Amino acid sequence: MFIAVSVAILITMGLALARALTGPTTYDRIAAVNMFGTKTVLLIAVLAFLSGSTDLLDIALVYALINFIGVVAALKLVTQKNFHSSEENRREAE
Amino acid sequence: MHGILKMKSYSFAALLFLFWVFLSGHLTPLLLGFGVASVALAVFLSKRMNVIDHESYPLHLSSQLPAFFLYIFKEIIKANIDVVKRILQWQGSTISPQLLDIPVQQASDLGRVIYANAITLTPGTVSIELSQDTITIHALTEEAAQELATGSMAREVSNRVLVE
Amino acid sequence: MIIDILSWVCLFAGGLLGIVGGIGIHRFPDFYSRLHAAGITDTLCAMLILFGLGLQAGFTLAAFKLALIFVFLFFTTPTASHALANAALHSGLKPTLDMDGRGVRP
Repeated sequence: MFIAVSVAILITMGLALARALTGPTTYDRIAAVNMFGTKTVLLIAVLAFLSGSTDLLDIALVYALINFIGVVAALKLVTQKNFHSSEENRREAE
Repeated sequence: MHGILKMKSYSFAALLFLFWVFLSGHLTPLLLGFGVASVALAVFLSKRMNVIDHESYPLHLSSQLPAFFLYIFKEIIKANIDVVKRILQWQGSTISPQLLDIPVQQASDLGRVIYANAITLTPGTVSIELSQDTITIHALTEEAAQELATGSMAREVSNRVLVE
Repeated sequence: MIIDILSWVCLFAGGLLGIVGGIGIHRFPDFYSRLHAAGITDTLCAMLILFGLGLQAGFTLAAFKLALIFVFLFFTTPTASHALANAALHSGLKPTLDMDGRGVRP
């Protein structure tokens, strides 16, 4: 039964990956990767119950946080073309 | 003021330690020692970053918060069913994407953020621009846009969350 | 027993919603509307699956961790969606809008 759910999540991940590959815009790709990450968290959680070792849930927890930070960091890189300047710094420079 | 900050730091540390114990589930002296060390580091860093303030302690939020979450869940389920219908083209339903500005009455930053997050959480509406007194919304359907424009969700946020 | 059935219903509904959301991000015409389809899989799909797993776990440490994952997702996914839409708008990506009120076929 857990297997059926993980297969459903894997299909969703495959669809998200297809959207990430086809684009067309960069933002489509980032949104798809974000969705892929959320589904990864759910997949790890289901796998934890499938294998019976609930320690895997810690990994899902950390992955949920890293996924969010990763998406926001990628967005910042795409919109500002660098990591070193923040909005405040730019306003001060102007 | 200094005393309050100190008290907040101590209760913050206690909360973090409780969090650690619940996450690890081990009670050996070595692991508890690691826990104390990491809590001390986290509190030190939070103090240096000046993030221990009233926003990390939302005690001023209303006691009706559970009712608000219930309302949000209800809205999420309703909106999900609607969007699923549109994806599957149930009975030939179409989408009609809209952009609209809706006014924000919430004065505090926290209130505005909670409102914008609640809008984004319900599928079918995404807040794309947040300014001082308006939120720009992208809505998937005209009905979703109309419903937001009635301001019922704004009233929920002001009545249930931000009562002093 | 009833709890078991309820948890399976939740898990299957969550899985199905995920697939529907996946179809949605291929069917909708532009980035902003795809964001709504992704929103389905981020909200109700994740909630149902985590709730179903929580019913399986019962009152244990595992259920507490599932609740924490739920809380993190509950607070971070709208923030990520907003950041994405905001960045796209500021980069000049125009949403396809329904001006004549006749509706856009997904």
